Amino acid sequence: MTTPLWRTVFAIIRKDLRAELRSRELVSTMVLFALLSVLVFSFALELDRTARQEIVNGILWVTLVFASILGLNRSLATERELGGMDAMMISPIPRMAIYLGKMVGNFLFVLVVGLSLLPVMTILYNIVLIQIPLLAILVLGVFGLASIGTLLAAMTAQTRSRETLLPIAMLPVIIPLLLVVIAAASAVLKNEDAWGWIGVLGLVDIIYAMLGLLLFEYVIED
Amino acid sequence: MTTAVKNDAFAPPNRLRLLTIATVIFTAIGLVMAMFVAKTDVDQGDIQRIFYFHMPSFFGAFVAFIATVIGGVNYLRTRENRWDTLALAGVEVGLALSLINLITGSIWARPIWNTWWTWDARLTSAAIMCLTYAAYLMLRSGIENPEKRRVFSSVYGIVAITTAVLTLVIIRIVPTTIHPAVIGPSPQNAEGAFEFSQNVAMALGPNFIIWGFLIPITLIWWRIRLQNRADAVQMRKIEALAE
Amino acid sequence: MSDQLRPLIEVVDLVKQYDVLPVLRKLNLNVQRGEFVALLGPNGSGKSTLLRLLCALTRPTSGEIRIGGWSLPKEINAVRSQIGLVSHKPLFYENLTATENLTFVGRLYNIPANELSERIRQLLEEVGLLKRAHDLARTFSRGMQQRLSIARALLHQPDVLLFDEPYTGLDQMAGGILDDLLRKAHQSGRTIIMTTHQLERAETLVSRAVIIKKGVIGYDEQINPASPPNLVKIYTEVTGMVNAL
Repeated sequence: MTTPLWRTVFAIIRKDLRAELRSRELVSTMVLFALLSVLVFSFALELDRTARQEIVNGILWVTLVFASILGLNRSLATERELGGMDAMMISPIPRMAIYLGKMVGNFLFVLVVGLSLLPVMTILYNIVLIQIPLLAILVLGVFGLASIGTLLAAMTAQTRSRETLLPIAMLPVIIPLLLVVIAAASAVLKNEDAWGWIGVLGLVDIIYAMLGLLLFEYVIED
Repeated sequence: MTTAVKNDAFAPPNRLRLLTIATVIFTAIGLVMAMFVAKTDVDQGDIQRIFYFHMPSFFGAFVAFIATVIGGVNYLRTRENRWDTLALAGVEVGLALSLINLITGSIWARPIWNTWWTWDARLTSAAIMCLTYAAYLMLRSGIENPEKRRVFSSVYGIVAITTAVLTLVIIRIVPTTIHPAVIGPSPQNAEGAFEFSQNVAMALGPNFIIWGFLIPITLIWWRIRLQNRADAVQMRKIEALAE
Repeated sequence: MSDQLRPLIEVVDLVKQYDVLPVLRKLNLNVQRGEFVALLGPNGSGKSTLLRLLCALTRPTSGEIRIGGWSLPKEINAVRSQIGLVSHKPLFYENLTATENLTFVGRLYNIPANELSERIRQLLEEVGLLKRAHDLARTFSRGMQQRLSIARALLHQPDVLLFDEPYTGLDQMAGGILDDLLRKAHQSGRTIIMTTHQLERAETLVSRAVIIKKGVIGYDEQINPASPPNLVKIYTEVTGMVNAL
């Protein structure tokens, strides 16, 4: 009687994409925030060529992390406002599907933000960021953010001070991910071999996704 | 039943008494070993002695955070409150020990690295680890529904161990760190490494067991008892109000 | 054992505690197929908790629940597919249209796509929202949200319908429309359990009234809608409180 996992996941992703395409609430907020953040950084830090090269990855990822926190907060809050989460909770679906569906949606939204930042930062910082290894790092890094972020946001969305609690809960926990991402991206910009780091990044992603899959059902139940 | 609880509540069990006395005695012995028995380091002088507490206290914190994971996993499985109490005790004791770790490290770094603090990978990740567990306590206090609080804390306590593991392994994976490794070869940039001689091992061994196991276990045990007492008071309050 | 004899819903010795605070204390309740039960009681008596337990939104501390022969929590998804819930929250998404919301729910219940669109059209017609089928749910009034909610709960053709305070926030006219929808659902053979504070409304609709008092059943009688008893008076006698709306 249980609805198959993949059908449910697909339905949740379609629902989120449909709502987002119509309102553009999430992505437009995140993109605008990200652009502003990048501009603020470039004004606040007067950088020469070598300094730019060293810091550009840091700016990109700090911006993406904060933008993703904005998006995650919103994405899980919509599930609570009119009780969409309860509608899923009373239907005969595998709980894991809710996690996978929300996670893939958040992954896609943050990825859009990341992809739109790359050309902008390439121009502003005069460093070519559109390279295959950097794109791989972007995809894997954003996947990590979405997988642990969806789990944490599902928790904080149920607390009293949800908007403020997510960054406090999420920032320290994603440091391992950030560390590997920055190491990998710096290696690419220095023309060193980055694939070893990208492999470690994949490993971190797997750990986060496992934690999300295993623990999500506990945080949404009542 | 109620009277039994009443009598027990004030007297700690004999095992805990024994453990506490043992911990106090051994801590004193460890102190003597580190301060007077171990020979003075040729390069660093007396300041090197702080290492006998610095590294073991990190290990004790790690043990306490592992207790949090065990408590969290078991709480999610069984829904018995005592496991959540274990997790909470692990966080608080671990946090205290990692603060000792940070402070002793800082005192050591002042003469050796010529600075109290530097944004080295190891130091940064140790600080992040502390913040993660501080976030655990904040998350806990932000949830009113007690059942939800326990579930969320369990989940976060499990997730948080990733930062402790990272702190443990980071000197092996980040080549630029200046933090020396105790066991195995230090990173090439490490400053302040010293020879791991028999003399060092003799003072480190006991302190490692004292700070890594005896102290965290004793403190966690006492903290659990404290929490049980607080819960009992809370329960009385609710019962009284429900009448 | 035939379907006729066995109650559709069986609740045995149900206990729900929040920490030490008991909400339900060994509650027993059987509901036959086709009954329309009003679940009454003061705030905090445990009636909402009972509904949440019946649709498996929360798990019992102890005791048993069986619905249609399936038991909770073991056969949870079998139970879920035969229950429809209308809660005081509408349980949908404001940035989706009425049709899109229902399509999403239909997919969650694994209703085949070719059947789904026809069912949605029919249901929207039944609840009088066909004209607004392609409007965003956030533009709906409270009454319309409630009707869309009922369409959502009926979509997978459940045997059991649970209503949690459905009259909250509805004006006189919307309340009247809800009366009609409830009657229709009951006449079509569905089993309904509804919590409410609207005693006069309940009198004329339901076939049985149950009053919960401090976590157990304090009153349980069949009701003949032709000559309804004075529920307000009974309520005051059983609970010792004046029903506050």
